[in-house]
Amino acid sequence: MTTRTFLVHGLLAGLLAGVAAFVVAYTVGEPQVDRAIALESAGATADHHHEDGATASDSHSHSHDDAAVSRATQSTLGLATGTLAIGVVLGGLTGLLSAVGLGRLGSLRPAASTALVALLGAVSFSVVPFLKYPATPPAVGSGETIDSRTALWFGFVAVSVLGVLAAVAVARWAARRWSGVPGTIAGATAYAVVVAVAALAFPKVDELGGFPASILWDFRISSLLTLLAMWAVIGAALTALVDRTWRRQEAVEAQRAFAAAL
Amino acid sequence: MAHAISSSTSSTVTPADLAIPLRELAPWLVLGTLFAMSVLVLISSVQGAITIPEGTAIHEWVHDGRHLLGFPCH
Repeated sequence: MTTRTFLVHGLLAGLLAGVAAFVVAYTVGEPQVDRAIALESAGATADHHHEDGATASDSHSHSHDDAAVSRATQSTLGLATGTLAIGVVLGGLTGLLSAVGLGRLGSLRPAASTALVALLGAVSFSVVPFLKYPATPPAVGSGETIDSRTALWFGFVAVSVLGVLAAVAVARWAARRWSGVPGTIAGATAYAVVVAVAALAFPKVDELGGFPASILWDFRISSLLTLLAMWAVIGAALTALVDRTWRRQEAVEAQRAFAAAL
Repeated sequence: MAHAISSSTSSTVTPADLAIPLRELAPWLVLGTLFAMSVLVLISSVQGAITIPEGTAIHEWVHDGRHLLGFPCH
């Protein structure tokens, strides 16, 4: 099994994951986006800044008439562009990191080490950052603070991902020093400490204003489902493909050994 | 013969033997990481001062994806 095997399988898994994320986002998420935009258009969220000014045309508006990209395009082709691009990129990177993890994560066989890498990716890149900076629907969040919010989000994701890489190093060291179970516990503890400290140190973002809690909840659940669908397909497809390659390779080697023994 | 059959069911290759040398992995990782980061920034960004295509076309195009994938937006 070479780096190429993992990258190709990762890109393929990522493409499938992008499709799955699109299906979930379109069916579960888009109704919530539409409800939020309807609220915004009705002017129900008084705290929303970027449409207050008289010249709202240069900022981005979700209303149907003056938008540069229509809502119908945003919710179909636009959404698909986003989920496919992110899916392929995350799938490819997960594949490469699985290649690094191969044979380096204790005595885990290829399928298990690949599944573990995908799980760590989902937790560190999506689930934990979501807990600190959850997704917000349209009509929430000021246009003036989006640069700082984007910087905070990327900063937190960076700490989380680097934290999980450090935690794996700690786990491998502890596993060599003692054994597998204390190693796993040491790694999990290291990651928990890093993200807990980061979550306390990073500033809170609260721009919800008077946004209705029920729509916010439904939107966030749909956003989380989209992310989980993406990672579930990346993990499942990549693990299945890697396992298939591994079984074939094993069968070839067994045949060779058999032939040599004759 | 019997020995060969038993060794075909349980492989003699241990997981550690499969490890790809880091020297071999490094260039892929460097390019993969940089490429992944640039796509993430392109999808998640608001096209600020440093973006090459002027305007907010990409921002508007992937608007829904950004909201539903949890990137900051407004």
